[in-house]
Amino acid sequence: MGAFDQSAAIALAQQSRGPAWLQAFREGNQTAWLASKWPDRKTEDWKYTTLAPLTESDYMRFGAGAGAGDEIDAGFYEINGLECQRLVFVNGELSPELCRLGQAANGNTLVRFSEADNRQQQLINEHLGTLAIPSHHPFTALNGSWLEDGVLIHVTNDEPLPLHIVHLTRPGAQPFSARQRLLVVLEENVSATVVEHFSSDDSSQNCFLNGVTEIKLKAAARLSHYRLHLEQQDAIHIGAVYASLQRNATFKSFLLGMGGRLKRLDLQVQHQGAGSEANINGVYLCKNRQHIDIHSTVEHELPLGTTTEIVRGIVDDAARAVFNGRIHIHPGAQKSAAELSNRNLLLSNSAEVYTKPELEIYADDVRCAHGATVSQIEDMALYYLQARGIQRNEAEVMLSFGFINELINSIDHEPLQLKLRPLLSDWFGRDPRLTRHLP
Amino acid sequence: MPAPPGGTCNHLGKSQANMLSIKDLHVQVEGKDILNGLSLEVGAGEVHAIMGPNGSGKSTLGYVLSGRPGYEVVSGSATFEGKDLFALDAEERARAGIFLAFQYPVEIPGVSNMEFLKASVDAIRESRGLSAYDAVSFMKKARQTCQDVNLAAEFLKRGVNEGFSGGEKKRNEILQMLLLEPRLSILDETDSGLDIDALQVVATGVNASRNVDNAFILVTHYQRLLNYIVPDFVHVLANGRIVRSGGKELALELESKGYAWLEGELA
Ligand SMILES: Nc1ncnc2c1ncn2[C@@H]1O[C@H](COP(=O)(O)OP(=O)(O)OP(=O)(O)O)[C@@H](O)[C@H]1O
Ligand SMILES: [Mg+2]
Repeated sequence: MGAFDQSAAIALAQQSRGPAWLQAFREGNQTAWLASKWPDRKTEDWKYTTLAPLTESDYMRFGAGAGAGDEIDAGFYEINGLECQRLVFVNGELSPELCRLGQAANGNTLVRFSEADNRQQQLINEHLGTLAIPSHHPFTALNGSWLEDGVLIHVTNDEPLPLHIVHLTRPGAQPFSARQRLLVVLEENVSATVVEHFSSDDSSQNCFLNGVTEIKLKAAARLSHYRLHLEQQDAIHIGAVYASLQRNATFKSFLLGMGGRLKRLDLQVQHQGAGSEANINGVYLCKNRQHIDIHSTVEHELPLGTTTEIVRGIVDDAARAVFNGRIHIHPGAQKSAAELSNRNLLLSNSAEVYTKPELEIYADDVRCAHGATVSQIEDMALYYLQARGIQRNEAEVMLSFGFINELINSIDHEPLQLKLRPLLSDWFGRDPRLTRHLP
Repeated sequence: MPAPPGGTCNHLGKSQANMLSIKDLHVQVEGKDILNGLSLEVGAGEVHAIMGPNGSGKSTLGYVLSGRPGYEVVSGSATFEGKDLFALDAEERARAGIFLAFQYPVEIPGVSNMEFLKASVDAIRESRGLSAYDAVSFMKKARQTCQDVNLAAEFLKRGVNEGFSGGEKKRNEILQMLLLEPRLSILDETDSGLDIDALQVVATGVNASRNVDNAFILVTHYQRLLNYIVPDFVHVLANGRIVRSGGKELALELESKGYAWLEGELA
């Protein structure tokens, strides 16, 4: 069996050992998966992203988790100084010895589906797949088809500690697939922080990771959400995040995507209650022959919602980035305010960016703005640094760094800032002399 | 040895030993003639003030001397300490000792002022064969210099000029000047938009660093600055040329009579 085909994926699904109470869910997704069309160049949402890397190897097996004697460098899953509760999955399988779980003192829940009690199973069944509709996205259907386990975060009281969910991939003997599924439910008026962290060890990767996260914020709930795609460049990741916001809920999300052989992230935010607020900052960095594709959709379904979405990318070498940002204001969503900006910095002549902001407005009393730019480093800033004696190529690196660091500065959790800044300087660090003045 | 000043005809001075020697300089920006035969001699230890109407080319002079791209030298020359300035890149000119305090300092969000200052000071020191400061002693020095220009140390942590008020930006320029210890400082309207205290700060900064080996070109619209920093020469730049040079009394004369008084030379 060579290429990635739909029936092979179903055969693999049948090997999954998920709990019986999720069987109906899995079957529904399998039906949707079989009915979905494999995206090609003519599929509008996949116009600039080819799935060819997925068909070049045979990924039709699941990976094995960390073995007993495996030494895994803590740098791949820890975030220094981040006091948190942490779950670590290796190649899709939980690694209990890498987890850090405190007492669930507040009555909040952080539990695997496979260990959910009756009440938790009910909650999962009530919410799972209600935002991630399998018929809307083939890889969401695939994720549901393969579902064996997942993580439920249920917050009923303010949760002071960030919940850190790590998915680490390591090379397998043969190419393989790994799954990630997260369901986050915040009850009314509570707050929490969730860090989704994808990483890989330093060797060459042969994993296809397919992830889906669903986030439900009830009235006046507040979530800080991070989604960090820090895997090696030869990793393949196709994932989606779905969030729904009830009345006056706040969703603050920070996305970081390091490019890869094939990386695609779909983000969908639905304002389903009046006065909800979404604040999305995103960054992507792509070099060599990497590819990243971010598709974001924000639906304003009720009045008085606000969305601020700022996404910046740097594309170097022969890499390619795709950003599609759609904001849809439904009839009746009066007094919505939405702002979307996507700025790209191109560092090479062969780098490519396809950016498309889309506003669809069906209400008359709204404030909306969008903009997309693709540019080179700004001349005046470059000259200013050079006029202070800084060598041109170092000045270019400083300016590129600043372009992204401005968004990193807006992160509320300092340990995360401290984790990401050096990654950013490393990213430019072909020559350490050029980054020696960066943090 | 500082060259003897060239008197009121300084801009036509013939001294070979001058720090900066600009001869018959013609500069275009986007195909438009901006400087039209400008000549100026600046000797070590001297302070020159340049005044002139809006749009006359004062900032252009600062830009072309410091190497801003897009400022095309059509003819003429500029020699700085024996080097052909126009053969050098912007960073090489800075390393040679030229400093321009910008009329409109550039904001660079995301790069902290501290990182920027350290990069700049390291680059300049390296070019002079001096070792780089370690982080701790540089921090100390930067904080001290902040005090000298009356800027709170927290400005070191902020993005370069990011959200600084007009006056704070100007002080940040002087902070850089003090840290970099240039040979020739060109202050482009550093006094505009400053409150009285800040004006004092700038004047104190310049006066304190003034010595026989360095020189200053002060671009200003106001004679007031020249009460604090007493210039050796005052020049009037109009239509891209120096049309009149004199001593410090020329500034007073301009203040009372305006540029119309020089109508003849302006034509
Ligand atoms: N990019 C450009 N394209 C066309 N003209 C330009 C450009 N840059 C500058 N100029 C023109 O060059 C002339 C000189 O400008 P400059 O900034 O040097 O004047 P200035 O003497 O510093 O004026 P001010 O006192 O207002 O600061 C002005 O007429 C200006 O409009
Ligand atoms: Mg000017």
